[in-house]
Amino acid sequence: MSKEKITGSEALMRSLEHEGVKTIFGYPGGAIMPVYDALYDHRDKLNHILVRHEQGAVHAAQGFARVSGEVGVCLVTSGPGATNTITGVADAMIDSTPIVVIAGQVGASLLGTDAFQEVDLVGVTQPISKWSYQIRRAEDVAWAVSRAFYIARSGRPGPVVLDFAKNAQVDLTEFEPMITDFIRSYDPDPETDPKAVAEAVALINEAKRPLVLVGQGVELGGAQQELKAFVEKADIPCGCTLLGLSALHSDHPLNKGMLGMHGNLGPNVKTNECDVLIAVGMRFDDRVTGKLETYAKQAKVIHLDIDPSEISKNVKADVAILGNCKRTLALLTELIQSHKHTEWIESFQSYADKEFQEVIEKEVYPGEGPINMGEVVHAVSEATHNEAILVTDVGQNQMFACRYFKFSKDRSIVTSGGMGTMGFCLPAAIGATFGRPDRTVCAFMGDGGLQMTMQELGTLMEQRCPVKMILMNNNYLGNVRQWQAMFFNRRYSFTPMMNPDYMQIAAAYGIPSRRVTEREALNDGIQEMLQTSGPFLLEVCVVEEGNVLPMTPPGSSVNYMMLNLDC
Amino acid sequence: MENKKLYTIIVHSENIAGILNQITAVFTRRQINIESLNVSASSIKGVHKYTITCWTTPDSIEKVVRQIEKKMDVIQAHYFTDDEIFQQEVAMYKVSTPEFQGNPEASKVVRRYSAHIVEVNPTFSIVELTGMSDDITSLYQELRGLKCVLQFVRSGRIAVSTSCFERVNEYLAHREERYLQEKK
Repeated sequence: MSKEKITGSEALMRSLEHEGVKTIFGYPGGAIMPVYDALYDHRDKLNHILVRHEQGAVHAAQGFARVSGEVGVCLVTSGPGATNTITGVADAMIDSTPIVVIAGQVGASLLGTDAFQEVDLVGVTQPISKWSYQIRRAEDVAWAVSRAFYIARSGRPGPVVLDFAKNAQVDLTEFEPMITDFIRSYDPDPETDPKAVAEAVALINEAKRPLVLVGQGVELGGAQQELKAFVEKADIPCGCTLLGLSALHSDHPLNKGMLGMHGNLGPNVKTNECDVLIAVGMRFDDRVTGKLETYAKQAKVIHLDIDPSEISKNVKADVAILGNCKRTLALLTELIQSHKHTEWIESFQSYADKEFQEVIEKEVYPGEGPINMGEVVHAVSEATHNEAILVTDVGQNQMFACRYFKFSKDRSIVTSGGMGTMGFCLPAAIGATFGRPDRTVCAFMGDGGLQMTMQELGTLMEQRCPVKMILMNNNYLGNVRQWQAMFFNRRYSFTPMMNPDYMQIAAAYGIPSRRVTEREALNDGIQEMLQTSGPFLLEVCVVEEGNVLPMTPPGSSVNYMMLNLDC
Repeated sequence: MENKKLYTIIVHSENIAGILNQITAVFTRRQINIESLNVSASSIKGVHKYTITCWTTPDSIEKVVRQIEKKMDVIQAHYFTDDEIFQQEVAMYKVSTPEFQGNPEASKVVRRYSAHIVEVNPTFSIVELTGMSDDITSLYQELRGLKCVLQFVRSGRIAVSTSCFERVNEYLAHREERYLQEKK
């Protein structure tokens, strides 16, 4: 008996369902039409969200993946459809986000002929994706899709690009769903060297002033509990990276705050005082380390990471512990002795006090004058009982949001860390509402970033997804303006920006909105936003020339943080 | 040029279109010039072997190799200094037969280098030399001095490490064994 034959497009649908996909963010076009035709019959199982621009689709897939831990899926056409996803692919690569981008491609016989909407997508995405593959035959669909999902979600997650030639979409093939769980050239969870573990245990046991750096790897590995058990047993204070902010909840007594250029004073200063630095699932980005030549030179560095290429890439590791940190942290916890580092931990307090007096108090409780950005973030965080998912755009809004939003749940921070992609917020927040429909999603944006992907208000309108948009409008490209003020003699070259009437824009899309200009109306506005079901745009007119502080100026040592702009 | 050395990188990868591009992109991104590159089938079915040489620093070679190894279809990448490998290069010198035979010095030079004459016809002859890079260059210079070279080509370095086994064999066996164990 010969088996049933189906089209490559139908095989794609069945393969996606087999991988457990329920949500797809996409935009149709010529070279992907057979797939969209097949999707029409699967639309009860595969919820397709029509975005307004392919960049919106890929960022939505990222937002979906970041909050849910599942692979985000994005479906676009060839040529411009495919190239419009490039920013998101690069963003997902540097931020280790599991997504699969499926793009149409011209038929195999036309490849290399400069056919209409043909672009060498595999060639373009190879350096910025975990894997790119061109499906040229219908019979390869099951294999390629299973491999794509395995690669995207395993090991250090990342973006996979499938370039789906049109002939393979329409040709007939027999179909058997496949599972990939082994690729001989790829080791998603490298073996841990027991000798390195023993060395790390000895260093941790002997440490007088240990410090843990918590990265996104903890959340990607689902190792939040293992991290907590480890730092509690060894009594080690922690600093979190931007993407690792919710890996250890904000109110945990050992969480001493955020690392990096605009992080908290304590963990940054103490990085250059600790004797053992334990980095977990983080990559020593230059925004975290400042000047490498003076970074933690006094400390022995233990680096836990799943990706061998991260070891000693930026900061030389004295001990490297490879493997999934869920496993390696548990291993360390078992072997180390219980410890108390009371005096060392208490020494962070004076820095927290100093930062509060000189920065936080002025930012969050100014009492009079225009509304500050930090104040808005703080108020929204409180109003959501620190339980919401924070999505940010890039720039001052991002730094204020990450400094003043508090986290009490896992996987609660969605922000473009490594790429710093303006326009990320709105589509990523849309994706996040599909990834975690049970949670409140607060999206903090500036007037610059919102306008970069503002077309996604159309998606919001259509889907009614409950994104709580907080637009902190200062009529400037604020972060660049701040740098111009600090390093370019206040020459505000093309950073002041004329804005549209956002209330009218929201109204045009049928999205409820409110503009707040006075401090007294802020909490009321936030309550209205949270109590309105579905999307809401809260525009807060904030101080025009606000500055993110403290700040480690570029090229300075991590322990040097400016608390005001006078020094 | 401080601290820069000539390194030989040996890479084993699956034989899939596009991998060479991914490997060379690692060099391009860091503006490291590839001195020589040789790609061919390895002793393992479906596995290709790359021998790449470049001048760079110890710190950078380490990162380059890790980035190459990170590519999905690359099985292993290792780097070596010259004292850790046996290396050879092949060169062919196409010479004009009348010029070559008309000059008694020419065949003396060829003998001195233990080179072989692998083709002779009335218009041209081909001299082949397998050896170290420097010898290949100096033979070229001598033949050119005799004004008889029509064409010259060299293969770029191929190398084997001084350790006894091809590590990639063991690695693949180990990977499969670990996978089967985890599956149980």
